[in-house]
Amino acid sequence: MNFYAVMAIYKFEMARTRRTLVQSIVAPVISTSLYFIVFGAAIGSRITEVGGVSYGAFIVPGLIMLNLLMHSISNASFGIYFPKFIGTVYEVLSAPVSTVEVVLGYVGAAATKSIILGLIILATATLFIPLRIEHPLIMLLFIFLTSITFSLLGFILGIWADNFEKLSVVPSLIITPLVFLGGSFYSTDMLPPFWQSVTLFNPVLYLVSGLRWSFYEISEVNVLVSLVCITGFMLLCFSVVLYMFRTGYKLRT
Amino acid sequence: MNAVSEPILSIQNLNKTFADGFQALKNINLEIQKGEIIALLGPNGAGKTTLISTICGIVQATSGKVTVAGYDITRDYRKTRSIIGLVPQELTTESFETVWNTLVFSRGLFGKKANSAHIEKVLKALSLWDKKDNMLMTLSGGMKRRVLIAKALSHEPAVLFLDEPTAGVDVSLRKDMWKIVQELKGDGVTIILTTHYIEEAEEIADRVGVINAGEIILVEDKTELMSKLGKKQVSLDLCDPLATIPQSLAGYSLELSENKDQLTYTFDSSGDRTGITSLLDDLKAADIYFRDLNTTQSSLEDIFVNLVEESS
Repeated sequence: MNFYAVMAIYKFEMARTRRTLVQSIVAPVISTSLYFIVFGAAIGSRITEVGGVSYGAFIVPGLIMLNLLMHSISNASFGIYFPKFIGTVYEVLSAPVSTVEVVLGYVGAAATKSIILGLIILATATLFIPLRIEHPLIMLLFIFLTSITFSLLGFILGIWADNFEKLSVVPSLIITPLVFLGGSFYSTDMLPPFWQSVTLFNPVLYLVSGLRWSFYEISEVNVLVSLVCITGFMLLCFSVVLYMFRTGYKLRT
Repeated sequence: MNAVSEPILSIQNLNKTFADGFQALKNINLEIQKGEIIALLGPNGAGKTTLISTICGIVQATSGKVTVAGYDITRDYRKTRSIIGLVPQELTTESFETVWNTLVFSRGLFGKKANSAHIEKVLKALSLWDKKDNMLMTLSGGMKRRVLIAKALSHEPAVLFLDEPTAGVDVSLRKDMWKIVQELKGDGVTIILTTHYIEEAEEIADRVGVINAGEIILVEDKTELMSKLGKKQVSLDLCDPLATIPQSLAGYSLELSENKDQLTYTFDSSGDRTGITSLLDDLKAADIYFRDLNTTQSSLEDIFVNLVEESS
């Protein structure tokens, strides 16, 4: 294991976050606060409770998940895409590092940032509404697995993308709709039966549901199903990354 | 593991064909000994960068074998890549990093423990010490070029690839670079450089390789190459223009200039007899007088141009 290389990449990526603190941390916190004000206060005043939980508290897991997904993908995709774009990726490609070490560096840093952000969002939420967390370790497990998995997905996206437009396509055109339609801000019980069935095909539903269970023990699907889904997707993403490095897909000519 | 005589870099039957069918490298064979400086000359698109990129692991070879210090570049990539330093052709640097941090990053990436003393030594050797806290985006092109060299040296490589290291830098900086290369050679570093500047190869290389259309046309000791293929010429500025070269001088390979007032005689300087004395005698006998005389020797550039033209 080239431990020094893993740490070099990890520190380099974390240093980028420090340089862009406003964009990385402050902006998501402000936007999350706006969600609480708009959804929690304005809409929440009309929807008193969902599944025995106040509406403001109900949306907290969804907001955390929204931030985890978006920022995991954007951090990891930018982390590998930018060196490709400016040409500095030659150094990583010519270094004595394995795929696992590269992934540990880039994905590890992206996931760390997302986990920190998720916890900051959680802390921000407590400023607006009283929260209870029934299963804090399960909550941390979901945050950890989601951050790793979607950082892997972002890493794949960063390797695949050959322009900035492609880089933003997946977060804005796929992930955002899935999050909004995946029960982040409502319970699927509120939907007509047909749309309840359709929502079951949305993978984000399983993540939000699992995380929400760790808070309030209420879920749309069984928490074990959620854990199996996220673990399975993580393994799939890792396999794709291994394949990309083994074949040199869009990295080595 | 290595016998003393074993080359530090060995390339055998190396081929590279890109996905679009373009064959960039055609059966390349080359051996480079430890501590030598070899310059690879070739026109644009000849395959110089592809060759370097393949050895460094950036480009995947289609077939063939490359070993560095006896280690296979594919099977033992950790060993080979930790031995190699690469200075790319393009000025690719992270804009917002400082000079110091980018070297620390490179050293770590290549599996070396942090060593501030070594980084300081490299920065001082490349006249970058006073810029160590500067962000890379604030540096000039020449300084960025130095930073790229410093990054490549940060992990103490035994083999250094310099892909057009002086492209776009001024004469003074170019000469500084040559000095740095000579100092690295003194430290036992093997250097493979590609260049368009023939004078660069002439100045610093021990051996010269000429590559064209993906093939190595020749690899030769620089001095031997120049004496073997180099021509010497005597030019005579005539007092009176000549209509044609007289029959009595037909035995010499003479050329008459377009305005008929200069004769040029090409000869082999390494031969026992150059023929100059008899030419001068025969000129006098033919009542041809000259005002001035000068001799020139073909440069590596002339040799290179001739070789590429012949191979095309």
